Amino acid sequence: MIRSRHYTPAHEDFRQTVRRFMERECVPHRDEWQKAGRTPRELWLRAGKAGLLCTKVDSRFGGGGGDLYHALIIIEEQTRICFNELTFYLHSDIIAPYIELYGTEEQQARYLPRLAAGEMVAAIAMTEPGAGSDLQAIRTTARPDGNGYRLSGQKVFISNGQVANLICVAAKTDPDAGARGISLFLLETDGADGFVRGKNLNKIGCKAQDSSELFFDDVRLPPEALLGGAEGQGFAQLMLRLPEERLIMAMSAVANMEEAVEETARYVGEREAFGQPLSDFQNSRFKLAECKTKARLGRAYLEHSIDSFIDGDFDATQGAMIKWWTTQRQYEVADECLQLHGGYGYMSEYDISRRFADSRLGRIAGGTNEIMKDIIGRTL
Amino acid sequence: MISDLPYTDEHNIFRASARKFFETECAPQQPAWEEAGMAPRTIWARAGEMGFLCSRVSPDHGGAGGDLLFSIILLEEQVRAGAIAPVLSLHSDVVAPYLAAYGTAAQKRAFLPRMVSGETIGAIAMTEPSGGSDLQAMLTTARRDGDDYILNGRKTFITNGHSADLIIVAAKTDPEARGKGISLFLVEVDKVQGFSRGRMLKKLGQHASDTAELAFEDMRVPASCLLGGEEGRGFPQLMQRLVEERLMTAVASMAMIDRALAMTIDYVKGRKAFGQRIADFQNTRFKLAEAKTEAAVLRIFLERCIGDFMEGRLDAPTSAMLKYWATEQQWAIIDDCVQLHGGYGYILDYPIARMWLDGRVTRIYGGANEIMKDIVGRSVASAARHD
Repeated sequence: MIRSRHYTPAHEDFRQTVRRFMERECVPHRDEWQKAGRTPRELWLRAGKAGLLCTKVDSRFGGGGGDLYHALIIIEEQTRICFNELTFYLHSDIIAPYIELYGTEEQQARYLPRLAAGEMVAAIAMTEPGAGSDLQAIRTTARPDGNGYRLSGQKVFISNGQVANLICVAAKTDPDAGARGISLFLLETDGADGFVRGKNLNKIGCKAQDSSELFFDDVRLPPEALLGGAEGQGFAQLMLRLPEERLIMAMSAVANMEEAVEETARYVGEREAFGQPLSDFQNSRFKLAECKTKARLGRAYLEHSIDSFIDGDFDATQGAMIKWWTTQRQYEVADECLQLHGGYGYMSEYDISRRFADSRLGRIAGGTNEIMKDIIGRTL
Repeated sequence: MISDLPYTDEHNIFRASARKFFETECAPQQPAWEEAGMAPRTIWARAGEMGFLCSRVSPDHGGAGGDLLFSIILLEEQVRAGAIAPVLSLHSDVVAPYLAAYGTAAQKRAFLPRMVSGETIGAIAMTEPSGGSDLQAMLTTARRDGDDYILNGRKTFITNGHSADLIIVAAKTDPEARGKGISLFLVEVDKVQGFSRGRMLKKLGQHASDTAELAFEDMRVPASCLLGGEEGRGFPQLMQRLVEERLMTAVASMAMIDRALAMTIDYVKGRKAFGQRIADFQNTRFKLAEAKTEAAVLRIFLERCIGDFMEGRLDAPTSAMLKYWATEQQWAIIDDCVQLHGGYGYILDYPIARMWLDGRVTRIYGGANEIMKDIVGRSVASAARHD
């Protein structure tokens, strides 16, 4: 199904492993975890054992040594079982790379093998109550204290915030220096005095994905907690990673469009109204055609973009374009497909209702789509 | 232009000369040709002389034997120059391929070299007053009479219908048989009795391209005019060609989007309102960002479809998706571009206004977009049944 010169039979073998994992470890518990609002730590250990974590991290650090198609496979397979909340991608493909790319040798050796094994679960804390997409406005500070730092401030909307025990925190080391005053810190939460997790935030969708407020009250950080060992690099580090992070969001958007279309095509073929299957109504066929077309365009665009990324030719504008386009289309497709399900589409037992609720997030997360358009608009 | 398609130096040289031809010999003449309602025969001969007609026809019949990319280049450059007429692609990429693909050896010899040179101008007559996209319902008949056929019926919306000397006419040789009763005839209109052209149809846009009604009253043609020499092949012949025709429609829409965006970006940078450039308003940047993204997404899908077509694996539903999506995007983007031009966008001296009018037809022709959605929708529903 994937068309790319970088996609090999080894990827397809990996897909079988992932599919088995999803069927065995996730499908039976999905509903229970959605009620609990989080996934258990146990799941992360099992994922680590099965080789599903840090697939792209170098094998000398215990990672899989793979590429972005491994990330795509995991996202496609979790989408197939309608489990968008699984945040392996956040842990493996968004946070671990900060340590692999920017970390000191000690940081790499200390954290990457544990992240790959699932012994540690990672989160990244950027957004604050007063600063979302406008990252330069963050107010959390890391003040010098002896040879280390003292971290004070508040974060919000932090995915994995409840389960994580390693949190990458963005804070100002020089509050007067704007973007250049931002640094990233690796906070081990176990035994960290002054660190408090707020309540698990209740969201529109993505119910089994925990999202938290986090509070830091004079939390002591040793000097080796500073990512990369040099202050003031945080903003540049974050910016450099954004195109790939947005490409990963597009993976989920495209996979969800495809699944929604397939589920809905089956539904309208089986369900009858006024004496005929819904698929015999012209409107059903036209709406399906529109949704399918969006999914197909998204698929071609995604594979082209992943290939460009692997070839080293993927920039901030491309990241912004694919992120807003695919998440916007995902939302439209989910809405149309829900409509074709009628009343059942509004019932949570139907996957389409979850896909719809989940899809509202993509247009906001990872930099709102308005920010994406601003980035693109500036290049014209 | 960066592309994954197999463009060679030869293609690039061809593009440069096509650009010059359309910019210098066609674009400046558009107002005059609009006035006349059609392009003169001399420009067809000139295009033939330059090698811009039927570039894919084999050298055995006087052509250059090029690949699809030559046709794509010509279409892109014609759109880029803003030259609606002459409608070369219909002649070269719609009509000539019927002869090349289905014609008998004698038919190819008789017509292809003259189409390559521009001595003969081609058109194709499918649509009737009573039925557009529903081809099987056509009413024009061709009755066998000795060594001849006698055609009766009417056609409408025939592009190049006034310029053409050779018209491929679809008619029922078996009126009871729906699709299987349709045959195609090569009609040299100056050599037959009972053929007449109606008035020049007035259109919303595309004023420099001629569009005709045609009438056949006991029009007698020799049996040798039957394309391929076998009755009842017309419907599959038409169907097989549609994938390519829809692909080429999307190529033109893509080129229109590129042109509209380029001229609009220029405009918003030059024009001021409320003390700042139009380009500096957030709405302008967002609209253009959306259009630029849509263009990028479409470009990637289009190139994938072109590549697949050249490898013989572009299927009908995918070409229908492409045609529908490309033409809808073209329409929506050009409309946004008109809006960003403000009042000037409504003035026909500005090319964007003309593009808006000229472009409206692409959502209708080549199979209306509703037909495209039906094709795609049926394939999605049927795939789900066979899961």
